[in-house]
Amino acid sequence: MLEYDFMRTAFVASGLAAVLAGTVGFFLVLRGQTFAGHALSHVGFTGATGAILFGLSPLAGLVGFTFVAGIGMGLFGEKLATRDVAVGMMLSLALGLGLLFLHFYTAAATQAAALLFGNVLGVDSSALLTLAVLAVVSLVALAMIIRPLIFASLESELAEARGVPVRFVSVAFLAIVAVAVAECAQIVGVLLVFTLMVGPAAAAQNFSRALIGGVLLAAGLALAEAWGGLTLAFYTDWPTSFWITALSGLVYLMSLVARFQVR
Amino acid sequence: MSALTFDHVTIRLGGRDILSAASFEVEEGEFVGMLGANGAGKTTLMRAALGLVPVASGAIAVLGRPATRGNAQIGYMPQNRGAITGLRLTGWDVVASSAIGARFGFVTLDKATRREIDWALEEVGARELARRSIGELSGGERQLVLLSQALIGKPRLIMMDEPLISLDPAHQKSVVDIARRICERLKVAILFSAHELNPLVNAIDRVLYLGGGEAVIGAVEDVVTGPVLSRLYGAEIEVVRVRNRYYVMAGDVDVERDAHRHDDHAHSHA
Repeated sequence: MLEYDFMRTAFVASGLAAVLAGTVGFFLVLRGQTFAGHALSHVGFTGATGAILFGLSPLAGLVGFTFVAGIGMGLFGEKLATRDVAVGMMLSLALGLGLLFLHFYTAAATQAAALLFGNVLGVDSSALLTLAVLAVVSLVALAMIIRPLIFASLESELAEARGVPVRFVSVAFLAIVAVAVAECAQIVGVLLVFTLMVGPAAAAQNFSRALIGGVLLAAGLALAEAWGGLTLAFYTDWPTSFWITALSGLVYLMSLVARFQVR
Repeated sequence: MSALTFDHVTIRLGGRDILSAASFEVEEGEFVGMLGANGAGKTTLMRAALGLVPVASGAIAVLGRPATRGNAQIGYMPQNRGAITGLRLTGWDVVASSAIGARFGFVTLDKATRREIDWALEEVGARELARRSIGELSGGERQLVLLSQALIGKPRLIMMDEPLISLDPAHQKSVVDIARRICERLKVAILFSAHELNPLVNAIDRVLYLGGGEAVIGAVEDVVTGPVLSRLYGAEIEVVRVRNRYYVMAGDVDVERDAHRHDDHAHSHA
């Protein structure tokens, strides 16, 4: 399977996206912001379809839109109660706009399917380079804010009192989430971003009580699910995204069993 | 020099004066219980001392220096909002996260910090508890683990915001006893806010009572009296003292108990 060029590219691309998604997803779950990640992926759909309509690269549209939306979300949503509604409104508005863009771009059926459900086999080498750079930059940025991020996630009032710039950390984190969402959307599509970002992270938190260990486990699970899905897709000729969601669901189920057996 | 000085401090929030020209001092090494009705400004007062709430006029000094954000001289224990009660992380990890949580960049836990975390947990008697998931602990056990965070960095003033809330009497007593012990052993001033005076009355040196924008500090028997509380509450208040227990009554209603009940009610809907 690895003798094919497109398969090698697909493995590298999905590996990059999975490690980033698993790592970022861990904090998304810790902070209870998974819904925000979901909404950002829908915003990415608008960005990508808009970019196609105007003859730009869908990846650029995807990253650009989610990034701006992530920062916007961080700046606005303060209170949990209002955040749900605000995020939900943004989500549906974004999907509606994306639909409008698709309507104007007539030859869009395959493009739309690729955006919604991913097309890891269609990643070319220039896109791969972009994915790699974005993944490295995001992971380094996350490492720089990781301590204040953990502190602010666990005890935001105490963190604020100790001089942590809580708002800045929250905005920076959502900007990183946005990039991870865009990466993920390349592999599994905007509708299934949850499967790589939230699935492995939630499973890791069921399997392990450790903090940094949990982050590494989430990244490892995401990587295993992405590569496992790719391998299964190669041999069955079923869609990669299906296999990744199936593995992600299975691992999460196992984590629930493991957690409740321990208790 | 005193641990905390409020000099004619006015704090205005949402068009309302929470404090108006309030003055008081907390001495070094002193254990002060802070009381007052809901909305009297107990949390706001602490946040102002932490530099998180601006003052409209007057000055706040912490150990002789103006109040600023991120002051390492202050240990703080915010009111537990339940955000971490569902977590599986160990108490030790939570405490460690706060100990190095203010630093950006690649930070690892060094030996000295690990030792300090263990020491702080030992001081509050939570060394063993901290090995367990923070979510598995009872409310009282969790408070002890979280209290240890206030000791890290060897502060000279510790502010605890309603640490007794929703604890049963036995756990209330152990939290108060440990706070008293910390105060004596570490020679640190403690400002401890509460809804009810009685759990604190034998442990505190003085009481700080808030109400109607005023702050009155003094010995319990001087402050918790009908005339003083009537002024603070802006209503006719009678104080009934039975041995060393105080009942603050407005008409037929026990004011402190009533405040507590309201708060529990709000919690169940939060």
